[in-house]
Amino acid sequence: MSTLTTPSPRAVDLRARRLPGYAPIGIAAAALALAAAAVYGGGIGGPVLVVVLGAVLYLAGLYAASNAVEGRRAARNRTWSALIHSAFVLAVLPLASVVWTLVSKGAERLDGNFFGTSMNNIGARDPNGGAYHAIVGTLEQVGIATLITVPLGILCAIYVVEYGRGRFAFAIRFFVDVMTGIPSIVSGLFVLAFWVLIVSPVFNDGRPGFSGFAAALALSVLMLPTIVRSTEEMLRLVPAPLREGAYALGVPKWKTILRVVLPTALPGIVTGVMLAIARAAGETAPVLLVAGGGAAINLNPFENNQSSLALFVYQQAGDASRYAPARAWTAALTLVALVLILTVAAKLLARRNQLSR
Amino acid sequence: MAKRIEATNVTAYYGAFKAIENINMTVEPKTVTALIGPSGCGKSTFLRSINRMHEVLPGARVEGSLTIDGQDVYDRDVDVTAVRRMIGMVFQRPNPFPTMSIFENVVAGLRLNGVKKKSVLTDAAEKALRAANLWDEVKDRLGKPGAGLSGGQQQRLCIARTIAVEPQVVLMDEPCSALDPISTLAIEELMFQLKDQYTIIIVTHNMQQASRVSDRTAFFSIEKTGDPGRLIEYDNTQKIFTNPSVKKTEDYITGRFG
Repeated sequence: MSTLTTPSPRAVDLRARRLPGYAPIGIAAAALALAAAAVYGGGIGGPVLVVVLGAVLYLAGLYAASNAVEGRRAARNRTWSALIHSAFVLAVLPLASVVWTLVSKGAERLDGNFFGTSMNNIGARDPNGGAYHAIVGTLEQVGIATLITVPLGILCAIYVVEYGRGRFAFAIRFFVDVMTGIPSIVSGLFVLAFWVLIVSPVFNDGRPGFSGFAAALALSVLMLPTIVRSTEEMLRLVPAPLREGAYALGVPKWKTILRVVLPTALPGIVTGVMLAIARAAGETAPVLLVAGGGAAINLNPFENNQSSLALFVYQQAGDASRYAPARAWTAALTLVALVLILTVAAKLLARRNQLSR
Repeated sequence: MAKRIEATNVTAYYGAFKAIENINMTVEPKTVTALIGPSGCGKSTFLRSINRMHEVLPGARVEGSLTIDGQDVYDRDVDVTAVRRMIGMVFQRPNPFPTMSIFENVVAGLRLNGVKKKSVLTDAAEKALRAANLWDEVKDRLGKPGAGLSGGQQQRLCIARTIAVEPQVVLMDEPCSALDPISTLAIEELMFQLKDQYTIIIVTHNMQQASRVSDRTAFFSIEKTGDPGRLIEYDNTQKIFTNPSVKKTEDYITGRFG
């Protein structure tokens, strides 16, 4: 009976001393004031340094005040939550900055002319010119690449997760992992060597030719591993009891996959596909290598040069014309907006299949 | 409609591990048979062998013969999906399909097996939900997701889904272990009603439940961990629980081991 001690009769107070609600705000104001005085008084910097120094002073002051009033544990809790919030702000800052830069600089050429014309016959002194040809190119190339990779990638992931056994499935997974790391320029070179120089002459009276389709092939090489990997992860997340439930109803395996497993994993698969599309839409090098770029509108993806938005940005940003940078900014804004619209649309479509609670 | 099941020398493996060995038992039509025994003794493995769900796991296989009214379900020419349609199964944890509504869940078995006619599906859904004592609770929200129901309702939904394909045997793998006493009662009452039409085999850890619902009881056990599970005693439930003929069964029933 020695190890079991009776609780001490001393009353335990559950309440503890707390910093008043206005204390953090007060400390923040004091920290900023102190930082401003130090920075401007010493003449060592501007507002950015004030904020940074203020944040550091705030963290130190908060810890000290909380430690004095509330104790060590509460002080660490407060400091860590403040650090986590600062990390969030730090992560969002570059994103907000990018969006702001794109919108403010891209707004200048955000007009009907930009979306309705190409760069054909636009000289260095011509303020007009647009990205119609590049938008067409991006949509066609990414569209074809999506048509190729989505069925292929999803079927490949289904094979690896549901059917693949032993070495062959392992080899596929390994090479998909390796493919994930292929630099885009390498995939461009591969398609240049294989498609443009060897296969395309067959269709083209013996002359090799650039085409938007070649660019789509190069983008497919980049998109495929992303789609396979993300789909694979999503299929693995579908609980085994769901499959067993369907099997126990006498549903064949292929139908179980098609009607139970895939719908359950659909939102995740869509996200993976959209990531792949976003990556492909932003690629410049493969398009430059195998579609060649071009100033004129070319609606046919199977013949002649085509441009793309990313390539357009690259070319305009390096152009000597004083009107080119504005075109580059607007094209960049268009590219981001395009990917955003596609992502939102795909998410909405995927959600329509889900039931609302 | 209900069928007699005969197991002869059924032995099941997970890869190299032998989980059950030489199980011989006959299950009469329109009865409830309870499988009891300590954890790991192979009750669930035997249950899953009956509708060929055992082989779903990689490396798992079954030897011996298992016949339903004289037809061996492990015959080479047998279509496994036909076996599973004839022998339905309810799992330990309710597993409604999350992307489907209550209605779609109930008719999933029919729909995925090719029934398209709306009127057939509607009738089948109502019949199955009534049989599963769930109709009154869900009839106004058939379009809502099945995953939004309570645990007990979900399990009854899964039972409705199972009987909607009109099987002749229903296997239940600890169907009440995740449920509260009231939902358990609802499912036990359901078993009494289903007994008129179906042969039911239920795995349970709850001996009161076994004695309440079953006509016959089979006691499985293992010598020690790693040994295959064996059928120790199989008799009328009343006999097993009042006057078992094997000492080991008595020890288990009275709580002296397991």
